[in-house]
Amino acid sequence: MTKVPPDENSHSGHVITARGLTRRFGDLVAVSKLDLDVPRARIYGFLGPNGSGKSTTIRMLCGLLTPTSGRATVLGMDVAGNTERLKPRIGYMTQKFSLYSDLTVRENLEFVADIYSYPRSGRNARIAELLGNYDLEDQAKQLAGTMSGGQRQRLALASAVLHRPELLLLDEPTSAVDPRSRRDFWAKLFELSDGGTTILVSTHYMDEAERCHRLAILDRGVKVADGAPADLQENTGMVIIEVLAESPSRAQALLSKLPAVRSVTQLGVRLRVLVPSHVEAPLDLVSGALHEAGVAADNSVVSASLEDVFVAVTQDDDSSEQAA
Amino acid sequence: MSALIRLLAVVLKELRQLRRDRLTFAMIVGIPIGQILLFGYAINMDVRNLAAAVSDQADTHLSRQFIAELGQTQVLRIREHVTTPQQLEDLLRSGQISIGVHIPHDFDRRVIDANRPAAHLLVDGADPTIFGVANQLANMPVAFDTWPASTASQRSLEVRPYYNPERRTAVNIVPGLIGVILTLTMMLFTAVAIVRERERGNLEFLINTPVSTAQLMVGKVMPYVVIGLIQLALITGVGKLLFDVPIRGSILQLYAAALAFIAANLALGLFISTVAKTQFQAMQVTFFILLPSILLSGFVFPFDGMPVFAQYLGELLPITHFIRLTRGIMLREASLPEIGSELLLLVVFTAVAMTAAILRFSRRLD
Repeated sequence: MTKVPPDENSHSGHVITARGLTRRFGDLVAVSKLDLDVPRARIYGFLGPNGSGKSTTIRMLCGLLTPTSGRATVLGMDVAGNTERLKPRIGYMTQKFSLYSDLTVRENLEFVADIYSYPRSGRNARIAELLGNYDLEDQAKQLAGTMSGGQRQRLALASAVLHRPELLLLDEPTSAVDPRSRRDFWAKLFELSDGGTTILVSTHYMDEAERCHRLAILDRGVKVADGAPADLQENTGMVIIEVLAESPSRAQALLSKLPAVRSVTQLGVRLRVLVPSHVEAPLDLVSGALHEAGVAADNSVVSASLEDVFVAVTQDDDSSEQAA
Repeated sequence: MSALIRLLAVVLKELRQLRRDRLTFAMIVGIPIGQILLFGYAINMDVRNLAAAVSDQADTHLSRQFIAELGQTQVLRIREHVTTPQQLEDLLRSGQISIGVHIPHDFDRRVIDANRPAAHLLVDGADPTIFGVANQLANMPVAFDTWPASTASQRSLEVRPYYNPERRTAVNIVPGLIGVILTLTMMLFTAVAIVRERERGNLEFLINTPVSTAQLMVGKVMPYVVIGLIQLALITGVGKLLFDVPIRGSILQLYAAALAFIAANLALGLFISTVAKTQFQAMQVTFFILLPSILLSGFVFPFDGMPVFAQYLGELLPITHFIRLTRGIMLREASLPEIGSELLLLVVFTAVAMTAAILRFSRRLD
């Protein structure tokens, strides 16, 4: 792995720093005043639904899109004006498979190696290493277009890391693959991160977000939470009450009407009820309401999941919008 | 050094993709051969065997002899004999004949009387070519056997056909056809080249790599230069074998001219691909340029005969200059110094189009 002296980049030890990053498309504000600090050799997650500005942010960070305002520093350089200098040091994996479907796996890797000026002498060894590492040896002569989603995604990652970039930008890399491939994929990401690579990855899967060292939740272009997943779960500002009711749908209808309740989500036969922490005796409030209506239920306070965090930070705007 | 490696990487990638693209591969060989067979055999500017009908109201020895001579020209194929000019008009209107010959009952007297036309040709004048043929027929001399030969009208001008004395259409068509085929294939292949990468999502990856726009563009079109030269060899080869189309000048100079022309079309194709959003749009723009390339370049109609405005448009098309080059080298044995200005124009065109393409290509998504 390439060793980078710590003082080469920004002194704060952050590989990416963004301040007030904003991007408009006409009237739409895709990303709004985003501040970001991504620490070295960590996996930093972007969690958010489609259209929350994840891709736009990543594209601004690698210089594909020009910010409307604000600035970003990547690997110690201002992105504006240094895009070409940054390209050899960044690996980028697009949301859509962007390698050549009518080239074989090996041909794709050879092309990427030459484009990144990987030394000719070590090229074949590096490709062999990647084929082994990413479990693509049997597919070396297969056309990329005929491979499964998981295989294609491994090829895309192998191509993105071939030139040993210091920073990897991955835009929803696992949106088209099965859970098993996703797990293998994340094992590779941790290997890379242990080797010193900084990784920024966007996702809309909670389980993936939970694996990140650090996480930013984006909602309609605004960063609504930022921190380690465990910290975010501890500091939701909500009390989570799990309700096991005989008639979950009746209970949900009933609890949704309570003004103190932020949200009610059904998970199988259980309901997860979010009540802001400042509400007094939330458990009694929920139990009382259900009892009064004659709905038999077993209620208990549980710890927050990442999904609860997501609901807590994103639904606020939604309800106010509906009220307006 | 790394710039060269990147350029070669793009070339190799294109070649590998091309090898697997059976349709394109078939088009590289199929379009030239198909077109030259089509144009060589089907298109004939020498008008022959026009459907005709005759109403011979005179029915004299002279009129019958006149009709026989008309038939012998092979320009007309007399399908029907009718009795009245009205019937001729009906046949003309229904499209069964292109020319009707009406011989009035006083035909013999009219032949003697120089002030009155001896017979009438009823012509479908909508088609200028047929009209032109009819005008030639009108000059055909008619005379009684007893008249001395010298009274047959004396021509004031004699025509001496240079370069294509047998008046074979293929000789004139093939040099121009090279231009049309190269315009079609070269422009089409490259016009979709960048757009296809954008549509398939490859471009977002590519523009995030250190490959430069010039490396990408030049690398993408380089394989097609060779393909264009192969097509030239195919067309001239088949033209020589099947239609005896000569290459009287230097073959080397012909290839040099073709090289400049191929480059011009590839550059133009690249420019189109930076303008078009989809492959379909790229194809539309290509055909938008192809049509005037066929009609305004001197390929079909003599360039000098076109309206001045159309001539200016024609001068803007690379193919106009290339056709002058190929006809000059292949038919008139001209050498490049004599027609070098045309070559220079192609080089200038290439430089302008290529620069425009590189400048227009955005390495960003916004």
